[in-house]
Amino acid sequence: MSGLLISLQDAVVQGVLWGVMVLGVYITYKQLDIADLTVDGSFALGGCVCAILILKGDGDKWYSALLANPWIALLCATLAGMAAGAVTGFLHTIFEIPAILAGILTQIGLWSINLRIMGGKSNAPLLKTDSIFSQFIELTGMNKQLASIAIGIGIALLMVIFLYWFFGTEIGSAMRATGNNEYMIRAQGVNTNWTKLLALIISNGLVGMSGGLVCQSQKYADIGMGTGAIVIGLAAIVIGDVLMGRMRSFGSKLLSGVVGSVIYFAIRAIVLRMGMNANDMKLLSAVIVAIALCVPVMTRKWRLKRSYTEGGV
Amino acid sequence: MLDIKNVRKTFNINTINEKKALDGIDLHLDSGDFVTVIGGNGAGKSTMLNMIAGVYPIDSGKIEIENVNISRFPEHQRAKYIGRVFQDPMMGTAAGMEIQENMALAYRRGKSRGLSWGIKANEKEFFRESLEKLGLGLQDRMSNKVGLLSGGQRQALTLLMATLQRPKLLLLDEHTAALDPKTARKVLEITDEIVSEQNLTTLMITHNMKDAISIGNRLVMMHEGRIIYDVSGEEKKKLEVEDLLKKFEEASGEEFSNDRMILAK
Repeated sequence: MSGLLISLQDAVVQGVLWGVMVLGVYITYKQLDIADLTVDGSFALGGCVCAILILKGDGDKWYSALLANPWIALLCATLAGMAAGAVTGFLHTIFEIPAILAGILTQIGLWSINLRIMGGKSNAPLLKTDSIFSQFIELTGMNKQLASIAIGIGIALLMVIFLYWFFGTEIGSAMRATGNNEYMIRAQGVNTNWTKLLALIISNGLVGMSGGLVCQSQKYADIGMGTGAIVIGLAAIVIGDVLMGRMRSFGSKLLSGVVGSVIYFAIRAIVLRMGMNANDMKLLSAVIVAIALCVPVMTRKWRLKRSYTEGGV
Repeated sequence: MLDIKNVRKTFNINTINEKKALDGIDLHLDSGDFVTVIGGNGAGKSTMLNMIAGVYPIDSGKIEIENVNISRFPEHQRAKYIGRVFQDPMMGTAAGMEIQENMALAYRRGKSRGLSWGIKANEKEFFRESLEKLGLGLQDRMSNKVGLLSGGQRQALTLLMATLQRPKLLLLDEHTAALDPKTARKVLEITDEIVSEQNLTTLMITHNMKDAISIGNRLVMMHEGRIIYDVSGEEKKKLEVEDLLKKFEEASGEEFSNDRMILAK
């Protein structure tokens, strides 16, 4: 029983750290109606950048130690994610490549870039280095689990507040309108290429940050750590929608993504403890998302079929 | 005010679907002109409005608003000068956003948008007063999603949004065509009020010849990408629907075969 408790605590930590990525997916998927596949690449990019900067802390350049500060490394992971989002954004807006394809191109390109960042190795362990978690533990004296949960929830909440603020501003409103009705907002003088580009940049910035957080938390970066991230993101949004879909306010919608992420990792912890092969987890995620996307369509068709009568009412 | 000089546009050039949509349009509007535009399907009415608004680039010619050549401006840049209402009530508003959010977006047309709050408290009061003038009761539903409104309400709101920030030119692309007759009448009344109140320079496409005659100070008839008849002032006031049909036959050498127009007599 205590084993389950520990793995559930772990799930909460993972859930909130990945929740930051879910917020990024929320921006593109829910606000702009784009399934942005850059995410798989930019998540791993964030992790790789973060790990390598921390590992090179003893380098001879004057800035090595500065960049190895776990917070600075996290910031760099975020910036790297933003750059990846910008690439997808340019491909999609200026060169009019369909969003899904633009994302795939960036994602595939990032695979090679990530390997180069890690010096050709497929993973980079961070065994005895500082992380934002170890620093927080030193500072507060909390145990590791509690410290991780506190930091994870803190950062996720901070990002929810940031997005809540941002989407209330003039630029943020214009971005929401872009997802709602492009024609309308262009007629109001907004360059929709710019709002889409900005949305992809912010979204992938959050994804990169999440990659950096997960890397520091699990103490390694891996070339494959982002594989399937977009599906996890979508699954978390779907779960959050089911649980909190009735709440209307924008803040609760953002929060539902993070909550969905926690629930996703909790489900995962439980089924793994029940003896499911960890390799089957991706199949489970895909099935969850597929079902969630199928249900509304099937109910609509079923209702149409049922409402038909030959003689009229 | 508005100067259109020899504007041409051909769609699908060098293909089997080649279509000369605008064949050398020349049109000058004075400040305060309210021009109604009529013509059969495919006459180029909507294309002309879309060219002015910058939806697609023109092939040749020049479009100027108050001596600024906007021919090469992208759509979002032209929005600074132009307010628009579309035929489709779904197109002019963001359905998933609140009425007041839509208005706040429109209130910033042509202005730079920054990181200050999307709707300011004092703006809400202004929006409420503007909505009250519409007489549709929308002032009590400002935080409702626009998707909950009827087509007529949405068109009235779009019209209001297009004029919250006084446009140099107002483009109305058959904005009552998708509405039932009673609602269409109401929206048309609102249009007339707003245009005369703000003394707006306006181009309005309509399929209803009676409306085309009774509204505005000038009437333009289009056929096959050209302006074939242009009448204003006293002469326009005296027009009858029959005169328009005859004019059309004279100018085009064809019978007026658009059934929508016949029905609108």
